[in-house]
Amino acid sequence: MLAALLLSLGLLGVVFLSLTNGSVELSWSELLAAALRQGSDIHQTIFWDLRLPRVLAALIVGAALGLSGALMQGMLRNGLASPFLLGVSAGAGLMVVLLIGLNLLRIWVPLGAWLGAVVTALLVYSLARTGTTLSVERLILAGVAFNAFFGSVQSLFLLNSQDGQFQAALNWLIGSLNGRGWTEVTIVGPGVAVAVLVGCLLARQVNILCLGDDLATGLGISLLRSRCLIGAVATLLAAGAVSIAGLVGFVGLIVPHGVRLLVGTDYRLVLPFSTLGGAFVLAGADLLARIGPVELPVGGVTALLGAPVFIWLLYRRRAIGGR
Amino acid sequence: MPLEVRNLGGGYGDRLIVEAVNLALAQGEWLSLLGANGSGKSTLLRVMSRILKPQAGVVLLDGRDIHQLSPAAAARKLALLPQQQTLPEGLTVYQLVSLGRSPHQPWWQWELDAAGRKQVEKALQWTEIEHYRDRPVTELSGGERQRAFLALALAQDPKVLLLDEPTTFLDLHYQLQLLELLKRLNEQQGLSIITVLHDINLAARYSNRLALLRQGHLWSVGSPTEMLTPENLREVFDIEVALIHTAVGLQICPLAAATNPVPLIPTPT
Repeated sequence: MLAALLLSLGLLGVVFLSLTNGSVELSWSELLAAALRQGSDIHQTIFWDLRLPRVLAALIVGAALGLSGALMQGMLRNGLASPFLLGVSAGAGLMVVLLIGLNLLRIWVPLGAWLGAVVTALLVYSLARTGTTLSVERLILAGVAFNAFFGSVQSLFLLNSQDGQFQAALNWLIGSLNGRGWTEVTIVGPGVAVAVLVGCLLARQVNILCLGDDLATGLGISLLRSRCLIGAVATLLAAGAVSIAGLVGFVGLIVPHGVRLLVGTDYRLVLPFSTLGGAFVLAGADLLARIGPVELPVGGVTALLGAPVFIWLLYRRRAIGGR
Repeated sequence: MPLEVRNLGGGYGDRLIVEAVNLALAQGEWLSLLGANGSGKSTLLRVMSRILKPQAGVVLLDGRDIHQLSPAAAARKLALLPQQQTLPEGLTVYQLVSLGRSPHQPWWQWELDAAGRKQVEKALQWTEIEHYRDRPVTELSGGERQRAFLALALAQDPKVLLLDEPTTFLDLHYQLQLLELLKRLNEQQGLSIITVLHDINLAARYSNRLALLRQGHLWSVGSPTEMLTPENLREVFDIEVALIHTAVGLQICPLAAATNPVPLIPTPT
């Protein structure tokens, strides 16, 4: 309960700071006026057209990555799993590098990334499936294989690309929220919202899958069906996030770990909290990314901060005596 | 017949490990599967519990093909205690046992209903772990842990309970404790039980019938006194035994490994 309150307060705080801070500072009253479509036109534009959609985009991407990571870690019973394990990042990355290399219109990039992510995850699943069984080990191995393969093809294309294209592609591969507006929010937002709802409803299945294959079968879970369902929701969430912001790393890996430290391992709590936590972390990271004189890509911030936080979490868990 | 297998064959991939098994479990009966290593007793149990698909024949649960039933419908009648459990980190005993209600819960039901809570309480009571309910499962001793997982299976409110070598990792005290507990459930609640047991004496002591398996085939089925003969044990387990009549019924004392037709190590003369 306390954790829920703290996280909600933190989330509100970050959203407030994100709306007020920037190259033009807004005071509380200016913010309120702009929100009510009063006061200076510039403030209104800043609020409605720049900051609000960007904060919303950060919340959507963060929530999607947080929940996707928690679903993956629960389903695969592996704390190293991230939303990108099933080939989402490699597929999306390859598509984007190809699209940018072909000089196609930039508006195709989000759709291409989404398609690349979903198709690669489908390939991973079809490789992992043997007959009517779908084992965790094969899923992880198939994911690693496709990640390596598509990743290397992507590097080859990058090495042979022209200067400007290289920058554009790299910016996308690191992950950024720069210039994201209402288009992205309105196209991807509803889909992610539905996937979040469905994802949180899968909590009981994830709990049972954590008991091992044999016991889960004994408890009336179809391993194949539940793994396909959970994987599909996790992939759609990750693909949605990727189509908005590119490959923002570490959020999906770390947030579920932090959440488990906070609320325990019951996935009925872990899943909704990872959603909130992901939104909180990414909105916070984007705030940090914008605060300096030069804007950093948000993916750079999460990676830069994520790794030390991960190390700290590991250290904490050892101190508590867990594993 | 709560559980019946007809002409059952099954194994891993294309490899057939058990073949042509016909066996029926009577209501309220405790049947133990016995056999040497590799005889197929665990495989048979895994096919009956839907972990493996049969390659021939059918498993009938209350007269219906178990592999055609929905997984949840089958799990409402048949529970399984696997040999080794994955320990769920951070779950308390109560949370673990509550998961046993899931085949009875529709997908949207987040918390236990009144009937579910009652069944969980009963399961905790039967297995005598009520006072551990708030302890993390990972902190329990081997015997307590096994009872917690048994409580999970009992929370399913099954008619038939399958147990794969439930005593393997327990010392003697907990072995007897667990089997006594199962006997009480068997006699008082009418729970039908199939166990795979390594220990012939424990199986003979607690089961109503023994099913002997040899090289993937059902060798013979019958009461412990019918099954425990020196001839049977020589054929099925390759051991020479002496039979002992004890206060807990017929038991065996293994005397020697039966002479191997082709000795692995030539004895020096």
